[in-house]
Amino acid sequence: MTLTATSAPAVRASTPHRKPGARLMPRLLSRTAVNGVLALAMLYTVMPLLWLLMAATKNMRDLFGTNGFTFGRTFDLGPNLAHLFAADDGIYLRWLGNTALYAVGGAFIATTLCVAAGYAFDKLSFPLKEKIFGLILLGVLVPASAMALPIYLLASKAGIVNTFWGVFLPSLVFPFGVYLARVFSAAYVPAEVIEATRVDGAGDLRTFVSIGLPMLRTAFVTIFLFQFTGIWNSFFLPLVMLTDQHLYPLNLGLYTWQTTSLNQGHPEDYLLAITGSLVAVVPLVIAFVVLQRYWKAGMTTGAVK
Amino acid sequence: MATRPLRRQGRTAALLIGPFLLLFLTFSIAPLVYAAWLSLFTERSSGLGFGGVETFFTGLGNYGRALGDAAFRDSFLVIAAYVLLYIPVMIGGALVLALLLDSAMARAKRFFQLGLFLPHAVPGLIAAIIWVYLYTPGLSPVIDLLESAGVKWSFLSAGHALFSVVNISTWEWIGYNMVILYAALQAIPRDVLEAGTVDGASGLRIALRIKMPLIRPAIALNVLFTVIGALQLFTEPKVIYRASTEIGSSWSPSMYAMRAAFDNHDYGLAASASILLALLGAVLSFIVTRFSARRTQP
Repeated sequence: MTLTATSAPAVRASTPHRKPGARLMPRLLSRTAVNGVLALAMLYTVMPLLWLLMAATKNMRDLFGTNGFTFGRTFDLGPNLAHLFAADDGIYLRWLGNTALYAVGGAFIATTLCVAAGYAFDKLSFPLKEKIFGLILLGVLVPASAMALPIYLLASKAGIVNTFWGVFLPSLVFPFGVYLARVFSAAYVPAEVIEATRVDGAGDLRTFVSIGLPMLRTAFVTIFLFQFTGIWNSFFLPLVMLTDQHLYPLNLGLYTWQTTSLNQGHPEDYLLAITGSLVAVVPLVIAFVVLQRYWKAGMTTGAVK
Repeated sequence: MATRPLRRQGRTAALLIGPFLLLFLTFSIAPLVYAAWLSLFTERSSGLGFGGVETFFTGLGNYGRALGDAAFRDSFLVIAAYVLLYIPVMIGGALVLALLLDSAMARAKRFFQLGLFLPHAVPGLIAAIIWVYLYTPGLSPVIDLLESAGVKWSFLSAGHALFSVVNISTWEWIGYNMVILYAALQAIPRDVLEAGTVDGASGLRIALRIKMPLIRPAIALNVLFTVIGALQLFTEPKVIYRASTEIGSSWSPSMYAMRAAFDNHDYGLAASASILLALLGAVLSFIVTRFSARRTQP
């Protein structure tokens, strides 16, 4: 086994000469083993999603009576979807709308604030700059779920518990995004360009809007995706903050259905939780595949956090 | 001449940073300060029970109560056990997959990457719901599959809960960690590996002796991030909680804090538990930033 470990052609060319065929068998074997292990791992990651897809196409009887990884005796995705959107006067659509508002609206505003602040920290000089930035970094250090109860306690003092704002406003704060935006601004917006516009007499704010912001497009998408998934995934904060079902995000609604399906003799809620999960996951998976490039950009920058 | 643009810059900076800073102070700093303040007080019902509750200053009394409570200490032991099982399985698995993907033997690399990374697109709560159903006897094809292989395993019975939670987390995070480690492997200068191949080292040896030491910083960083994440463990056990007999209402520290606030209406205790958790998380994160700062300086 001399030839492994890299796909660079240069290495291939520089390996010592070998008798052809002498090591063909072990090579074939290890190639099968390597790809076999990868395929098995992928089976593990994909199977639960396949189960979700199959389960959403079954009626109650087939859900419990047929193999989970195959279709049932009848194809009931349509009735399941109809049931999902009709249940509790169409509350699922309401949750979907809430989630879109919390996640899309929240992430958009949060990202705008982050990019503006990160740009200012990178390109402008002002008093106490590094002290303020240090305070924001302190915010990065505290884990998000440790914030949920303190936010709830303050919100109950302020009287915004069980309101839209109680969940929406805290999600506008994304300290890590400011850090990311500063890093991106240093990398993507050349100081000379800013200097040139300054010489031309353009105001700093106009320079940011017309020069800086377009150059920070990648940063914007990356930070948006980060915060969007953060809000979409958040469970602890809405769980403690909300009691009115009409304000729930999807996560909390699905959690309720899952709980009732297991506990309170509402077996039909199984199908609600399953179909509801599928409908929630499909757009995320599509967005995720389409926007791969940005995810990876954010992850590698995030790893340096 | 030089001061005017500077003052203008200051004004623009205030305009650009102000909105974020205002929200940051209101929803990040203020809640922590308020929780720290609340953690210094405790409530006691006064007199014969008709006088309502009175609030007493107890200093660090709530912290003493939290740390003295076996349930709170146990929740940290659970996290410790979770980390001990989870890190080798998840990071170890991610490392193996990254090394396999980086070897010349692997085919369809983009396809495998995408497939392994896919669970990360699924919200943690939905991942937990899917798996709880896959843990439910009668509903789960996984249990049937295991049974046909002669294995009888109950995911939800006593003694198995930790494994069941670790499995959900592994499913969610193994691909994510693999992609980061794979990126680190790809960044290894090719001539370093070339030297190894010229020396006649096998693929396995190169992986263990050359590649792994070179990406050790990336591995360590992933481990630290995973520990910080483990400290926050909440969603998965909360979802399993109703189905499993083993997971109690204070299984993880976050669950303990929530129970204190909502079941026992003990805000002082809940606040002190939250502050302790926030502090521990902040200290660990601080170690990570020190660590990565040293790493980026050659």
